[in-house]
Amino acid sequence: MELDSKCPTGPIETRWDRHRFSLKLVNPSNKRKYTILVVGTGLAGGSAAASLAELGYNVKCFCFQDSPRRAHSIAAQGGINAAKNYHNDGDSVYRLFYDTVKGGDFRARESNVYRLAQISLNIIDQCVAQGVPFAREYSGYLDNRSFGGAQVSRTFYARGQTGQQLLLGAYQALERQIGAGTVEMFPRTEMLDLIVIDGHARGIVTRNLMTGKIESHLGDAVVLGTGGYGNVYYLSTNAKGSNATAIWRAHKRGALFANPCFTQIHPTCIPVSGDYQSKLTLMSESLRNDGRVWVPAKTGDTRPASQIPEAERDYYLERRYPSFGNLVPRDVASRNAKTVCDEGRGVGETKLAVYLDFRDAMERLGKHTIKERYGNLFDMYQRIAGEDPYQEPMRIYPAMHYTMGGLWVDYNLMSTIPGLYVIGEANFSDHGANRLGASALMQGLADGYFVLPNTINDYVASTKLETADTSHAAVRDAEEQVLQTTSKLLHNKGTRSVDSFHRELGKLMWDHCGMSRTAEGLKFALSQIPGLREQYWREVKVLGSGEELNQSLEKAGRVADFFELAELICLDALERNESCGGHFREEYQTPEGEAARDDAHYSYAAAWEFRGAGNRPVLHHEPLTFEYVHPAQRSYK
Amino acid sequence: MKIILHIWRQRSPNEPGRMMRYEVPNVSEHMSFLEMLDVLNEDLIAKDEEPVAFDHDCREGICGMCGCMVNGVAHGPKPGTTLCQLHMRSFKDGDELYLEPWRACAFPIVKDLVVDRSAFDRMMAAGGFISVATGSAPDGNAILVPKEDADRSMDAAACIGCGACVAMCPNASASLFLAAKISHLGLLPQGQPERDRRAVAMVAQANQELFGSCTNIGECEAVCPKEIKLEVIARMNRDFLKAKWTGRGTDEA
Repeated sequence: MELDSKCPTGPIETRWDRHRFSLKLVNPSNKRKYTILVVGTGLAGGSAAASLAELGYNVKCFCFQDSPRRAHSIAAQGGINAAKNYHNDGDSVYRLFYDTVKGGDFRARESNVYRLAQISLNIIDQCVAQGVPFAREYSGYLDNRSFGGAQVSRTFYARGQTGQQLLLGAYQALERQIGAGTVEMFPRTEMLDLIVIDGHARGIVTRNLMTGKIESHLGDAVVLGTGGYGNVYYLSTNAKGSNATAIWRAHKRGALFANPCFTQIHPTCIPVSGDYQSKLTLMSESLRNDGRVWVPAKTGDTRPASQIPEAERDYYLERRYPSFGNLVPRDVASRNAKTVCDEGRGVGETKLAVYLDFRDAMERLGKHTIKERYGNLFDMYQRIAGEDPYQEPMRIYPAMHYTMGGLWVDYNLMSTIPGLYVIGEANFSDHGANRLGASALMQGLADGYFVLPNTINDYVASTKLETADTSHAAVRDAEEQVLQTTSKLLHNKGTRSVDSFHRELGKLMWDHCGMSRTAEGLKFALSQIPGLREQYWREVKVLGSGEELNQSLEKAGRVADFFELAELICLDALERNESCGGHFREEYQTPEGEAARDDAHYSYAAAWEFRGAGNRPVLHHEPLTFEYVHPAQRSYK
Repeated sequence: MKIILHIWRQRSPNEPGRMMRYEVPNVSEHMSFLEMLDVLNEDLIAKDEEPVAFDHDCREGICGMCGCMVNGVAHGPKPGTTLCQLHMRSFKDGDELYLEPWRACAFPIVKDLVVDRSAFDRMMAAGGFISVATGSAPDGNAILVPKEDADRSMDAAACIGCGACVAMCPNASASLFLAAKISHLGLLPQGQPERDRRAVAMVAQANQELFGSCTNIGECEAVCPKEIKLEVIARMNRDFLKAKWTGRGTDEA
């Protein structure tokens, strides 16, 4: 299979403009003749559904939560990047582009990243106009702060709830269209399969989570904005419901899955406290603006933080990376936390934590300022950890957070199935091997508000689709498969709960395909997963029926998909014999312990093709070329 | 510690429900309330009993999906805290807790502790937005917003739409939810052109749903996990009355 990224060539500054001009348009009065199905209502899905409806398309929109406002974008705390250069500190579209390509460890497409940096400007404008209450200076102008991986102040924020406020902006735009009748909303509805007719994505099979009814919805194109797959690891910062079912089932219908091993571990999360733990809570990266990360200099130092004198503290990020200090990118910060804990210098009961200390910032700026900047985060920490971070330094440890990998898409955000578009975290396109802080919100909104609504017209205008209804054989076949899977899970009469299997899979993945990986560990995981998966299908116990709200059944289907995806993640990690970004293979590191890339052999996106259950998937390469930012060893020293 | 739970079990909207008693031994003080329910559910599944259905998603207090009455108080005893952020260190060994779904006609029960809050979405669709099509915005700094206004707007915008205000109100009024949105947008310059229309349309939709009226009791403010202040309701009433008296905000005007 030839992967055509459809990336424009020529001067990078004008690629998106020229590309847009080359795309076909749909006459405004014809748009209402087309139906677009949008799955997911986070920043990407919500903004896409609203924008497509504004353009005049008929939109059907689906989410598994009880309201589109609850998608997990809501939990993003810190902020959103935009190259506004409002602070005259040397920022520009080119610098955001450069930082993102470098931050992604040279595993993203230059064309996509440049477009993202350009669009970042429009996103802020759009969100302000919608009424997103961004932080302001006393003058009334927009305020900014810094984030990891950048030396300029380009992050816009709304207290520690930026994701919530941006999502409410998209949700309000979506509700406006629902009120106008241009979007039909299906909450508490889960996509369980993709319907492909004559090679084109034409619809989805859904389960109504309230009644259990299996239904099919057909349209002229399908858009997946269903988020990432971090919950493969069981413990993650994702919401409990976040899942990979939509993208995984689309993958099994022919969409290639790219770079599954590019997963991001977030350095600042509240540490695990017990084996009942159901999720991990992130403490925004913005805290690293003012907080200093340290551990005791000596191993086995069990004194409380306040009794460890300055000289016996190791501010290891500031020591190792003097120019970026505590604001190194996430992959670097996470790996260093693991290293110092592996050395036996971790703190707290489990010794799997490092300090994030605001003492100096409070002395310099006053407690009031710190409270104003991070008050809600400090409160959240106190609620969960039961300690007062104004008195004691926070204890933090890395946790699974974001997935850079996802379904492969071209420059138009179309997958390898014509008519299937994938946006936001669900695709693989813009972050390479590591995402910079405050860039997920930027990408979700760029895709949904500005990229997809421009590129989807071209497909709609240039594709002649046969009319199809729900009696079509492909529809019936997909529905039949969904019913069979559901029935199998319900009649299994097993002995173990879904969660117990999910925990076991998660631990296996965290131990062997987490923050650092080895060929040996990956081979071990690959030898265990198939057996565990078979055991799952044999022994899983799902009570209740399929004709009602059944939360165990919902989980069971999602975990079944995680088992298959987990294997692909390990396979991809084993195949990539280099370290880059979030993918750290212990065999490949520089003498200083930094990630050692192998550009001669691995400068490509790895796109995997599903070849039937039990068969080895086939790897396709999309070579990456760098004309503007030349690959170099990433240095934050 | 050991916790004794009495939980409302109801299989479907049309079947009668009842309180069921459960014991959860070995509860750790570090557990969140929902993790305690997870432990109970694992135990029930092991005994071939159906687990308790409850809504939850982010488990970090921001999605607004979780919530139930704990001993008659929405989201439980700790102020400014959603159920998922309530930790068991707020309770002691042997405590007996009564868990019920949100109490309100406008939030019909789906199953056990799960209710249908779609009325909130319908009120938002009626007018809880600023009508700006994608692409038509001026530069972000072209609209200046005094810091105090941005902060007060943000205070109101912090609402997570969980429904605790409705569940706690003796009238099952949705005023705090409605007023939070009306205040969030009404405090910003961007929200002025539609301010009258928004108040009228959202209140009209609320009246069509089965919510009661506000009689200034203040239970909503007391249980709001985001500590939205009662003053937003005064602001909503001003906007609504002004729109009605001037005749602005309706299509006939």
